Amino acid sequence: MATVLDAGEIGRALKRIAHEIIEHNRGLDNVVLLGIPTRGAFLGERIAQFLGEIQSPVPVGTLDITLHRDDLRLRPPRPLLPTLIPSGGIEGKDVVLVDDVLFSGRTIRAALDALGEIGRPRTVQLAVLVDRGHRELPIRADYVGKNIPTAATESVKVRLSEIDGEDSVEIMAGA
Amino acid sequence: MKKHLLSINDLSASDALEILNTASELAKISDGPMKKLPTLRGRTVVNLFFEDSTRTRISFESAAKRLSADVINFSAKGSSVSKGESLKDTAQTLQAMGADAVVIRHGASGAAQRLADSGWISASVINAGDGTHEHPTQALLDAYTIRSKFPEFRESFAGLKVGIVGDILHSRVARSNVLLLTKLGAHVTLIAPPTLIPVGVTDWKVDVSYDLDSVINKVDVLMVLRVQSERMADSFFPSEREYSRGYGLDLARLNSLKSKAIVMHPGPMNRGLEISAESADSHQSVVLAQVSNGVLVRMAVLYQLLGGAALAGEVSA
Repeated sequence: MATVLDAGEIGRALKRIAHEIIEHNRGLDNVVLLGIPTRGAFLGERIAQFLGEIQSPVPVGTLDITLHRDDLRLRPPRPLLPTLIPSGGIEGKDVVLVDDVLFSGRTIRAALDALGEIGRPRTVQLAVLVDRGHRELPIRADYVGKNIPTAATESVKVRLSEIDGEDSVEIMAGA
Repeated sequence: MKKHLLSINDLSASDALEILNTASELAKISDGPMKKLPTLRGRTVVNLFFEDSTRTRISFESAAKRLSADVINFSAKGSSVSKGESLKDTAQTLQAMGADAVVIRHGASGAAQRLADSGWISASVINAGDGTHEHPTQALLDAYTIRSKFPEFRESFAGLKVGIVGDILHSRVARSNVLLLTKLGAHVTLIAPPTLIPVGVTDWKVDVSYDLDSVINKVDVLMVLRVQSERMADSFFPSEREYSRGYGLDLARLNSLKSKAIVMHPGPMNRGLEISAESADSHQSVVLAQVSNGVLVRMAVLYQLLGGAALAGEVSA
């Protein structure tokens, strides 16, 4: 087990992502953040906080992708998590999806499907705290906190103070 | 959760809350334009209805379709059952067609259990009403409706007072509701003439009253049951008019309810018999909310039963 990001590094990475979102979109007028529960939702809130401090508040919500997963039949049914679309909707917006770890890319594929059911954003961008490689689909992140090369057998554990009591990212050896 | 939903006894309190919470999340999704979800694409749900039904069958059909399952509707009328085909042969036919879930309503108590235990089919069996035994999804949708009207009872019904008035003896709705409501902590009072109270009622964790007027001003929820004329082979009360006078929810009784109390009815209503038109259409009546909540709760049940893979080593109930 090795810690690859500590609390300070996580905070700086999220703040840098916030700056990159502003730079890339030339402002925040049309930006909506959607976090993917559980931990992506907290990261979305934190990035929105930074955006508010740096420039201006942005609408932030959550998008549960459980019902759109392609591996539903491989595992027992799981509880649904909250989906909260900001009141302004996503039609014609620049939507930034926020998740903790980018791995196979299947979660993001499901998120794109879920998003398509709600409306037609102008663009969809992706922000992740950790990109650990091993993609199984042609998906990439626009904003990455840290690229962490991993072996497929290892697992990446993200802890956030909101639910885990502390901020850290660790790599665990495979079982 | 088990493979089948035959009785409320198949669910623990936390299983039941899980279904209600899932239904709440589905409600938020259904409020938006995202009405149809891909979750059960390629799965087949058979509605096997040996008894007449409007809302339960349509509700299950609508729930399955919103989750993208394929739905086959089967009613005994107009099928080979009217030529004398047995439940076993019908079930095996459905199995051969690849049903993943069978929603069964049958006039015989225990029909759903028989289908689930028989080994005739491998599908999940959902009891949509069997004789005078149980109707678990009705109880779940009633609990969901109560919870949506009384947010303070979201996690537990402890302290909630529910009165169930009418034909308790023949009512599968009452049986399932008693089991679920007491499991969630509510205090239930059954109100009916002595002839319509089942003999085994002393084993239930409920109070019994023969006098609606002494109870009506104390309850938060009044659940009015249909007088089931099709199951009234003997005379359980002298006349409909006398029943209505003693146990019908008329305007005077509606006015003696607490102002925040709600009136529920599983439908179909006999207006003028167990419930007057004013009561059925009053702002305290949540009859239509029960119908729309039914779709959400049944979506949640289908998702819980079919949405994932079976747990490894799971033994069917």
